[in-house]
Amino acid sequence: MPSAIEFQHASRQFGALRAVDDVNLAVESGEFFALLGPSGSGKTTCLRLIAGFEQPSTGKVLLDGADVTGVPPYDRNVNTVFQDYALFPHMSVAENVAYGLRVRHAPIEQRRQRAAEMLALVQLEGFGDRSPTQLSGGQKQRVALARALINRPAVLLLDEPLGALDLKLREAMQIELKNLQRQLKITFVYVTHDQGEALSMADRVAVFDRGRIEQLDTPRGLYMRPRTVFVARFVGGANVIEGELARRLTGDARSFAIRPEMMSFTSSASTPANGVIGCDATVIDVQYHGATSRWQVRTEDGNVLAVVRPELGEHGNSYAVGSKVGIAWAREQMVMLEGH
Amino acid sequence: MASATATIEPGAGTLGRGLSTFFYRRSTFYLLLLLLPPLLWLGTVYLGSLFALLLQSFYAIDEFTATVVPQLTLETYRQLITHPANVDIILRTLAMAIAVTLACAVIAFPVANYMARYASPRMKAFFYVGVMLPMWTSYLVKVYAWRLILAKQGILNWGLTAVGLDGVLEIALATPVVGGPSLASSYLGMFIVFVYMWLPFMILPLAAALERVPQSLIQASADLGARPRQTFWGVILPLALPGLAAGSVFTFSLTLGDYIIPSVVGAPGYFIGMMVYQQQGTAGNIPLAAAFSVVPIVLIAIYLMLAKRMGAFDAL
Repeated sequence: MPSAIEFQHASRQFGALRAVDDVNLAVESGEFFALLGPSGSGKTTCLRLIAGFEQPSTGKVLLDGADVTGVPPYDRNVNTVFQDYALFPHMSVAENVAYGLRVRHAPIEQRRQRAAEMLALVQLEGFGDRSPTQLSGGQKQRVALARALINRPAVLLLDEPLGALDLKLREAMQIELKNLQRQLKITFVYVTHDQGEALSMADRVAVFDRGRIEQLDTPRGLYMRPRTVFVARFVGGANVIEGELARRLTGDARSFAIRPEMMSFTSSASTPANGVIGCDATVIDVQYHGATSRWQVRTEDGNVLAVVRPELGEHGNSYAVGSKVGIAWAREQMVMLEGH
Repeated sequence: MASATATIEPGAGTLGRGLSTFFYRRSTFYLLLLLLPPLLWLGTVYLGSLFALLLQSFYAIDEFTATVVPQLTLETYRQLITHPANVDIILRTLAMAIAVTLACAVIAFPVANYMARYASPRMKAFFYVGVMLPMWTSYLVKVYAWRLILAKQGILNWGLTAVGLDGVLEIALATPVVGGPSLASSYLGMFIVFVYMWLPFMILPLAAALERVPQSLIQASADLGARPRQTFWGVILPLALPGLAAGSVFTFSLTLGDYIIPSVVGAPGYFIGMMVYQQQGTAGNIPLAAAFSVVPIVLIAIYLMLAKRMGAFDAL
């Protein structure tokens, strides 16, 4: 059974810039796959390579086992939900949704019926006669989704679709999208720069940096076992300790990551117990997050580390800004990283 | 924590400051004040003269005294509509205006499309300058230049003969009504000059409208399965329609009112503009001139209504 999407040494160059640099990945059918990375990391270009708006400079892109180099977007069984929704302003909502069927010359009755079905699927029944300009951001989002699904594509591409929505709406849409994907069993490829979104929605995530995939893993794998400094920092904001401090603390020159929630405050940093590593630091900032609090502490040699502790009870932890503390963590919680 | 050493006070009450505060508080008054001079201009000079013209068209000329009788009457309009020669003039001008508009639209679209969506920044600048450059030349110079080009001994005739296509020109000139002894004295030649003259007025609004069509819309259309031709008719053209409508208002109205091109490059038949010029000049029949002037206004109003009905301005 061939993968729904496959990249084989795919690269996309713009002059001297390698937007996508020797990318290899395989997305399985029915998977919710995320492309995660900062701006300019190549994730959107990869999406466009799948959709057909870009052609690879070298390498191949395969859809369902077939090489689609040179195949235009209208001949691919792939549909896209655009970041700015790209709704046609001169058509009604129903006409927008039915567009995919109209260009395939489907009979008018079928178009009307399917459009109504799609609108019901995204909970916008009765919105058919409205103009896209009269809709809110969330509603436009859903129309774009309905429009992209009407052709029953094998793959649905989503280009940072929730970026323009406020937090509550975004969270609600995340759940809706996940449910929709489970229900329709379509392969979803989701581009985002929000690591929280990628971790909570995707079955597997590819982390991009500067055109290359840093790590391709399940969300849990990325969080618990980051492979490089970039992934450790970008996904979950782990503390990364490198160089001199690393060597002093562990006796090993390699960089390592330690998650902020694995750190604890201790009074005896200078005489650590077996299997525990610690050092002295000064608190420079504290943020109350309700369920937890997040401290920023600076070690003697200037490294700033984050410590996250749960907030239990009324009194809170008493490490105010400026106080000298000891921080410690278990050796086995450390993740060794490959250099950058 | 150091206190601010010196607070910044608003300036003391000079006249300038007093005035500026006054206008800041009464922003509507300020707006009206700014708009008053141009509105006065529009009101008195433009609308006023337009109204005076309209009024004149409801007067009639006394045939014996050859003076204007200032009594409201529909006599002039009756003359305008019932006289076959007058109707001929109107229809002739209308036909030319429609033909020129269509030709400009067809020629301008590929140019504007290229400029707006495919040209590199350098090419785009080059094209914009190229389209606008003829507008910096004198109108009369251009018209006379074309007359020379289209003349029997002109460069167009010479060029076609050199390539062996003078037969084609003969056939074109032999066409009834639009043909003539030479391009420089036929409706065909007039048509060519009109299209040349008004093309920038069609290209520029069209390019502006096409540029405003977001690339993501075109990609979305292709993504949903539309072939390029379908994307053009379904997405690009409807969204470019306001630009097309704007450009066509230029070409349509400019052709309806023009009197120089029909005089310099043209067949014997009269055009509305020439009629107006003649009637208000040598003939002294101002009411008839005014009535003729009203015709383009009415035609354009009808044209805009039709365009709106057809949804040309929906995408605005």
